[in-house]
Amino acid sequence: MVTLNQYLLLSAVLFAIGALGVFVRRNLITILLSIEIMLNAVNLTFVAAGRAFGTADGQIIVFFVMTVAAAEAAVGLAIIIALFRHRESLDPDAFTSLKW
Amino acid sequence: MGPDQILFYVLGGVAVVASLMVIGQRNPIHSVLLLIASFGGLSGLYILLDAPFVAVIQIIIYAGAIMVLFLFVVMLLNVAREDTEQDERVHVQVHRGSMRLGAVLAGLLVVELVWALASAGTLGGTFGPMAGLPAPVTSVHVIGQVLFTRYAFPFEVTSILILVAMVGAVVLARRETPRPAAGADAAGGSEERPAF
Repeated sequence: MVTLNQYLLLSAVLFAIGALGVFVRRNLITILLSIEIMLNAVNLTFVAAGRAFGTADGQIIVFFVMTVAAAEAAVGLAIIIALFRHRESLDPDAFTSLKW
Repeated sequence: MGPDQILFYVLGGVAVVASLMVIGQRNPIHSVLLLIASFGGLSGLYILLDAPFVAVIQIIIYAGAIMVLFLFVVMLLNVAREDTEQDERVHVQVHRGSMRLGAVLAGLLVVELVWALASAGTLGGTFGPMAGLPAPVTSVHVIGQVLFTRYAFPFEVTSILILVAMVGAVVLARRETPRPAAGADAAGGSEERPAF
C-alpha cells in the first residue's frame, strides 16, 4: 500500500528539483519551467492530502493553482519576449540595469 | 508489493527523472517536451489518488495549453541553444560558486522536507496506507458543487485574474511602435513590422 508520506516525499523531491533549476540554470525559460515543476509538486501535495482527508478541497485548490500558473506563464512569457527584444539574450545576468 | 505500489514507483520515477532532465537540458524545446512527460507521470499519480478530474485537467490545461504556450515562445524567440560553447565555458567559470551554492541549497531543502516528514511520523502523525481512508471524492459533480458554492467567490476572483493576465500579456508583448501619423493607413504601418 502506498502511504501519504510517500506521496509527500515524492512531492518534496519534485519541489527541490524545481528549486534547483531556479538556483542553477541561467536561462529565463528554463527558470519559468522550474517554477512550473514546483507548482506541480505542491499540487501533488494538495491532491494527496485531499485524498487522505476524503474531501474535495484539495482538488479544488489544484484547480486554482493551475489557473494562477496559467496567468503566471502568460505574463512571464510576455515579459521574456519584451526582455529578449531589448537585449537579444535570455540570460538573467544580462538584465542587471536595476541592480545598484 | 502490490500493483498500486509498482505504479506509484514507476510514475513517480518518470516524474522525477523527467523533471531532472528538464533542468539538465541545454535545448529549451527539449526541456518543454520533457516537462510534458513529467506532467504525464503526475497525471497518472492523480489517477492513483482517485482524482480523475485533476488528472484530466492536468493533461488538457497544463500539457495541452500552458506547455504549448511555452513552445510557442521558445520557437518565436528562436534560441535553439541558450549559449554558444564558449559562452558556456565562461559562464561555468563565472558562476561555478553560485551554482554550487544553489545545488547545496536544493539538497538542504530535500533534507529539511524529509526531516520534517520523518519527525511528523515519529510524533504519531504518520498517515497509513491510502486504502483505509475515508471514501474518495471522485465525481466531477461533487467537485463542481463545492466549487460553485463554498468557493464561488475565489472562482469569480479567478476570472478577473485571467482577464488581467490576458490584458497584461498583450500589453507587455506588444511591440512599441511610434504612433502612426493621422493620415497613415494600416497598410503603410504594416511595412515596418518587426521580424517577430
